[in-house]
Amino acid sequence: MTGSGRVAVLGIGMHPWGKWGRSFVEYGLHAANAALDDAGISWEDVQLVSGADTIRNGYPGFVAGATFAQALGWSGARVSSVYAACASGAAAIASARAQILAGMVDVALVVGADTAPKGFFAPVGGDRRDDPDWLRFHLLGATNPTYFALYARRRMAIYGATSKDFAAVKAKNSRHGAANPNARYRDVVDVDDVLASPVVADPLHLLDICATSDGGAALVLASMDFARRHAASLPSGGTGKGIVSIAAVSTVTPRYPNTVIEMPNFATDSAACLPSSSASGNEQAGGPAGGETDEPAAAPTGGFRSQVAAAAYEEAGIGPEDVDLAEVYDLSSALELDWYEALGICGEGEAEELLRRGCTELGGRLPVNPSGGLSSFGEAIPAQAIAQVCEVVLQLRGGAAGRQVAGARVGITANQGLFGHGSSVVAMR
Amino acid sequence: MSPHAPSKARVPAVEGWFVPDDASAALLGGRCRGCGTYSFPRAPLACPNPACRSGPAEEVRLSRTGRVWSYTDAAYKPPPPYVASDPFEPFAIAAVELEEEKLVVLGQVVPGVSASELYVGCEMELVTATLYEDQTNVYLVWKWKPLDRPTSTPSGGRARR
Ligand SMILES: [Zn+2]
Repeated sequence: MTGSGRVAVLGIGMHPWGKWGRSFVEYGLHAANAALDDAGISWEDVQLVSGADTIRNGYPGFVAGATFAQALGWSGARVSSVYAACASGAAAIASARAQILAGMVDVALVVGADTAPKGFFAPVGGDRRDDPDWLRFHLLGATNPTYFALYARRRMAIYGATSKDFAAVKAKNSRHGAANPNARYRDVVDVDDVLASPVVADPLHLLDICATSDGGAALVLASMDFARRHAASLPSGGTGKGIVSIAAVSTVTPRYPNTVIEMPNFATDSAACLPSSSASGNEQAGGPAGGETDEPAAAPTGGFRSQVAAAAYEEAGIGPEDVDLAEVYDLSSALELDWYEALGICGEGEAEELLRRGCTELGGRLPVNPSGGLSSFGEAIPAQAIAQVCEVVLQLRGGAAGRQVAGARVGITANQGLFGHGSSVVAMR
Repeated sequence: MSPHAPSKARVPAVEGWFVPDDASAALLGGRCRGCGTYSFPRAPLACPNPACRSGPAEEVRLSRTGRVWSYTDAAYKPPPPYVASDPFEPFAIAAVELEEEKLVVLGQVVPGVSASELYVGCEMELVTATLYEDQTNVYLVWKWKPLDRPTSTPSGGRARR
């Protein structure tokens, strides 16, 4: 669906990340207005509001699309509100994109914003003994950093990664984030600073782990036809470097068996019986691939994160060699290294070497997290995947002052929400 | 405390997930009657294998030993609903791979074993241990315990991601 499957990004907007302690609606409204201004679109011309939900801010957070629509003033626009954990932003983009591509609307506003609690993310309140997210805290004391640390230690044991490598990711991202006015942490830190910070979950130090933040991000998306007409109507009368468009939104779930332990689970899937094994109840032919019956299903390769990226590349009709920059979910410094491999920037076990050679730093072969990443922002859950797209679009426009990836034409974002939500967006110009 | 106070009851902190025997602790998982795949906790409604349309898995005792896939610790007190000791004692957490079932199961590591004593590939066995207690009950959970405690930590482990 190359070309014909695209939607244009007319506008981007953000509220700076921080710990402001105000209503998430305020951040979302700020970001939405910024995106509308950036697009040169009036609110009343928006036909769909697609909100990414927040689950820690009461009912208005569960109906984020309507909350933002009301804050902007009821205009009769269609509304969509979606939750997909850390992938909520991508899910909101996917909802808007689908309605644009279906021809139901021409212009959509995507908004996500959050007001975050302090410290470890704890499960939503109440005594919920049938909720694995509640139970993993109760029975194991397993926080989110527990899982990040398991992956990090695994990299050390299997690939020879060191704490210094992880710290070097943080140091790199801090150098990137120093130039980003929307980032919460703009001090440059070095490897020694990271290693001197207390260990939270062995082997990860405090500065290896992303904080939780307040923030808001928004996009104005439109059909390509509308974007061309709109560009022609602007005073500049042209599209400059070309219209930035979204070529893929990957929102896939894992393929069975997922053999990497994922939040909030107590165990992996079992690899004892692969999908190709004969099952007694075999009335369902075809299996998960949906009709590809010419070869037997095999164990999925590369893990869920690789599957998320592969789906994005396939939809966009590109490969890792076409990408100029990536914004990935560095919930921990070590996790950024996992993403290098999942995105195919390097092979399995080669991420540390890629980092050490400076390939993922600004000026390198493929800068990763030029925005500064989560380590400079802290995570504002429903806003984060949208903010990743804001950064990629800004880079593709050539407007990322102080952190510009020279000549960027293709960017990819990658992220994963707990309970099996993939999130990857490809944008290009 | 009164000398006549009854001793506290020892109850599992979660029902049906493990056998809380002191001598033969075991996780209660599921095995699909159709395709034979395993699950933990037991898949109560349907087989997790998308190519299989069997119903609820039958309850089985999972292997009591396995090897560490990865490990970490909790240096800071986790938030509620974790019931932390006061003062808080850091604890290690291990993800242990069961060979026959080919699944990796999380558990706390028994008190007194720090993360620095673990390594990927380290052999562990399942035990029943105290999670927390209140006025009337001692709440039990499964924990992992190293079968041996090496002084050096061999590198490596089987690469499977
Ligand atoms: Zn089955």
